[in-house]
Amino acid sequence: MAEYAWPKMSERSLIGKRISRLDGAQKAGGRAKYGSDQNPQRLLYAAILTSPHARAKLTSIDLSAAKSSPGVTAVIAVEEVGKEVQWEGTILAAVAAETELQARDAVRKIRVEYQVLPHVVKDDDVAKAGNNAKPAGEQVQGDPDAAKSSAAFTSQGFYGLPVLTHCCLEPHGQTVQWSGNEITVWSSTQAVSNYAGDLGAQLEVPATSIKVHQDHIGGGFGSKFQSDQWGAFCARLSKESGGRPVKFFHDRNIELMIAGNRPSHYAKVTVGADASGKITLWESESWSSGGIGGGNIPPIPYVFTKIPNQRKNHNAISTNNGGQRAWRAPNHPQASYLTCCAMDDLAAKMGKDPLELFLTNCELTTREDAYRRQLNKAAKHIDWTSKWKGRGKSRQGYLAKGLGIGVNTWGGAGHESTATARIHPDGTVEIECGTQDLGTGTRTIMTQVAADTLGLPMEGIRLKIGDNAYPASGGSGGSTTVGGVSSSTRIAATDALNLLFEKVAPSLDNAAPGDLEAKNGRVYVKGNPSKGMSWAEACKKLGVAPIEVQGRNNPRNPRGLNTGGVAGVQMAEVTVDMETGVVVLDKIVAVQDIGLVVNPKTAESQVYGAMIMNVCGSLYEERVVDQITGRMLNADMEFYKLAGAPDIGEMICELEVDEENDSRGIIGLGEPPTVGGLAAIGNAVANAIGVRVPMVPLTPRRVLDALNGRNS
Amino acid sequence: MSSPKETGKHPGAEAGVSRRGFLEVTGVGGAVVGTVVLDQPAQAQGAGARALGPGAVPITLNVNGKALKATVEPRMTLLDTLRGPLDHTGAKRVCDRGTCGACTVMMDGKSVYACTILAIDAQGTKIETVEGLTADLKNDVLINAFVEHDAEQCGYCTPGFMVAAKALLKENPRPTFAEVEAGLSGNLCRCGTYVGLRKAVLEAAQKGRA
Repeated sequence: MAEYAWPKMSERSLIGKRISRLDGAQKAGGRAKYGSDQNPQRLLYAAILTSPHARAKLTSIDLSAAKSSPGVTAVIAVEEVGKEVQWEGTILAAVAAETELQARDAVRKIRVEYQVLPHVVKDDDVAKAGNNAKPAGEQVQGDPDAAKSSAAFTSQGFYGLPVLTHCCLEPHGQTVQWSGNEITVWSSTQAVSNYAGDLGAQLEVPATSIKVHQDHIGGGFGSKFQSDQWGAFCARLSKESGGRPVKFFHDRNIELMIAGNRPSHYAKVTVGADASGKITLWESESWSSGGIGGGNIPPIPYVFTKIPNQRKNHNAISTNNGGQRAWRAPNHPQASYLTCCAMDDLAAKMGKDPLELFLTNCELTTREDAYRRQLNKAAKHIDWTSKWKGRGKSRQGYLAKGLGIGVNTWGGAGHESTATARIHPDGTVEIECGTQDLGTGTRTIMTQVAADTLGLPMEGIRLKIGDNAYPASGGSGGSTTVGGVSSSTRIAATDALNLLFEKVAPSLDNAAPGDLEAKNGRVYVKGNPSKGMSWAEACKKLGVAPIEVQGRNNPRNPRGLNTGGVAGVQMAEVTVDMETGVVVLDKIVAVQDIGLVVNPKTAESQVYGAMIMNVCGSLYEERVVDQITGRMLNADMEFYKLAGAPDIGEMICELEVDEENDSRGIIGLGEPPTVGGLAAIGNAVANAIGVRVPMVPLTPRRVLDALNGRNS
Repeated sequence: MSSPKETGKHPGAEAGVSRRGFLEVTGVGGAVVGTVVLDQPAQAQGAGARALGPGAVPITLNVNGKALKATVEPRMTLLDTLRGPLDHTGAKRVCDRGTCGACTVMMDGKSVYACTILAIDAQGTKIETVEGLTADLKNDVLINAFVEHDAEQCGYCTPGFMVAAKALLKENPRPTFAEVEAGLSGNLCRCGTYVGLRKAVLEAAQKGRA
């Protein structure tokens, strides 16, 4: 049985090193080609007609004028007469034409009649949701009533987070050619290996007839796992246009309306503690919505799951908006905010330093030591002990300063992944895997793993990913990729190397193959580099046949190569202008435990990026829907606001890289650092201004309303 | 109205109304989109303007020093012309409304949003795309700094930031940290690469000095 364990930290040539991403120059220089950059010969463009109504019945649709519009090659009805549209932006018809402008002209000529129906888009008041609220049933643990009456302190609060959209910079879409019996897709997907099956099911075409290729994807964040209806109608348009390729990517407005969102979460929370600050009670009435299907139950109380007495009620509120999709760490950022804000308010009620309260209650988590250690580390990074003062007590003139805490947890074990390692007689090495690089550095870390395993430099590996012709690998979601692909690559490369050793050993005084090692571009008897040969010479022993081996990460038996379960703490420092209500983030700190880190450079980028997403979510970003018309008011990037370079303050990231964490194996990092920052910033603002601003984003209006005792 | 030569989106550009200023005046506040709106594309036609279109018309654009020909409708943007008929896909279409900066190119040495300019109006100007501005990919100081500081993730906004950074350092070769932040504030990133971007541009400026 081969040994696949990761080399010791001290014996790694490339794993664990700060290697720059391999496609960095291509991307920065605009040479990297995305699905939206493909311009195959005789390309056509598609445009779509969408519903302007949040809810309406389609009573007639007339495509004839569009069909005879200049340049048009095909027109497809996506919805039929009689269909009840359930949200604004619902796609009704699609057109392909020689130019995009011609396709848009044709769309304008489609005549549609609607019977407009009443809609519900308001999700922030469960009391007014009526039949649109679906209760999930009460969950009770311990004796919350007794706990409430015996608690030394109780604190009640309301907290809320609106719907966010993924706002991937490359919109959802694809370039497709359906010519004869073969479909070729240049995709923008988080799941290259699954795409053909998904599209094939829509089109009733076998997956084996669908080729999917993707070198790069311009953002997904959980919203790009499906081929989607646009994959299907784009393919049909291609077929109906005589097999010419068709490009379709959403316009920004429709992208923000229908291509995925993070559900809202709201909760009225009561927490109670004994005189020492140990939390004894959690009561919550929560509700959420991510569109017509309502919203999920948040995992609350978050991280502090062992609160002994709990009563929880949840309602899923159905609204006439585009549907939710997975968004980095689904429901966790919201749950962290609801929990950590409630704890912060409890500390304020007790007149206690929240850091002390969080530390006191670490025993209510499943990773007591980790959270205690991380709270102390983060506090040091942000200089908590000397800077923290009680609520509203750090005011100088019109400026107020504050500190806040948030926590996270996540799984992140590797997904199902297969990879092929091929060693050619000329010494070249190929690794093939049907995974995708979302910009997380997958290409780079797989090359590191393969090169380190084979004792070669990065340049010695030709990595081939992003194509469904390669061995299948899971979709990139839930922080599962790095564990999955690193493990399959390690196993494939190790097995290939052992086969090479078998070919080489006879030339080395008949050494046992197991006594050989490959390092620094040489194959030799362990501990004796002079008794061996160069990699190229070794590979010549293969004769004409390359070695080809497939490795697989089986999530049920990851052989110690990867695992799941992390803890993290974030702390923020803010300054608030008490006159204008403007919040400025001064500094944010993340401390994250994370197993074996294959590439600290790209890993830190993940953490910084996640923290910046939290700056967006806590200060700027929210979907605004008009109650009367049911339409999204900020379906653009002007008023759907993201943070810019000057908005992010100072950022500090500490990945807990040490022997103990390293020995756990690889754990994914995409999700956990997206969690905790919202609470940290929200709590810092409460600490600064002296009152809780219940809803994020903490806009000037909400801050001023909170200061003036108004609801907003 | 000023010509494109006088506008652009750097801090310090004199002409035009900044969006941020506009938002401040109107009390909207919030995330930075510190961009000077390009008032009017070229007004070379003047009083005797020819009527063009509505059909496609032949145009010639000077892109990265080459005269490139295309036939496009007068309403087609420079961005869509670059990305489609001219197959220069480094500039990306993200917001398509002059907000995010992913389509940034240089026009007569100033950075502009290619989605806000009509292709016909770009005739007679010197257009430089990210491909032309980073022609020597291996030895480009900014490219190397972006790679070294991992100033990119998915990479879709990155070419726009590259052009913005080139424009900033051209106008202000020795920017302070705050000037770097301001110089990049006309561009938006969703993955959150600003930490690396700030370091990369500062370092490139320092290396350029040496």
